[in-house]
Amino acid sequence: MIARGKMHRGSALWIAAMVHRLSGLALAIFLPLHFLALALAIKGEAKLESFLRWTDQPLVKFAEGALVFLLTIHLLGGLRVLAIENLDWRDGQKQLATIAAAISAIIAFIFLARVF
Amino acid sequence: MTMRLYVWQRATAALMVPLVLVHIAVIFYATQKGMTAADILSRTHGSIMWASYYGLFVAAASIHAAIGVRNVLTEWSPLTGLRAGRLALMFGLLLAALGARAVLAVVL
Repeated sequence: MIARGKMHRGSALWIAAMVHRLSGLALAIFLPLHFLALALAIKGEAKLESFLRWTDQPLVKFAEGALVFLLTIHLLGGLRVLAIENLDWRDGQKQLATIAAAISAIIAFIFLARVF
Repeated sequence: MTMRLYVWQRATAALMVPLVLVHIAVIFYATQKGMTAADILSRTHGSIMWASYYGLFVAAASIHAAIGVRNVLTEWSPLTGLRAGRLALMFGLLLAALGARAVLAVVL
């Protein structure tokens, strides 16, 4: 039996809020690494090129696809939050959250299809 | 979250909407034929436009992420608000410093 206070957990909008938070956290963890990689250019074009060739590995490409998914879903989730807070309420929030997840997945798949 | 932090987080979020859209478009464009350092640097070297775009992006992302991390620490960790705030501030400053260094690396 689910406790009354936890009944909302598992609902589409609770999952959407959790996905928004976790995607933001993942992006925050990734950002310093992203900046460190780009800063390799300080040591010359060859250093950056060498790193980029390392990223040609399939596993890294999949990780990049996951990052594209996280960035897109955080963007769309954030847009939904801004709309809820600043515009008139509209029904269909669960559908909007589901569409956001679907669009993010499609964009990540298109990215993967292009890089492989 | 205080009202001041709430406003900063929402304002940086709104500011980053077009920046992220452009970033995603650039990711798709840059990876079209395989990404090389020469391609990236030829686009960014000496460009005031890209320096401004990425500089603004780094500033907004650092503020936005720091406030987000503060919220997570406050709600999910045993840290007090003050300690969570200090850690988040340090994280934001680290992001801003690393980001500024990365922008300079690809622009100069």
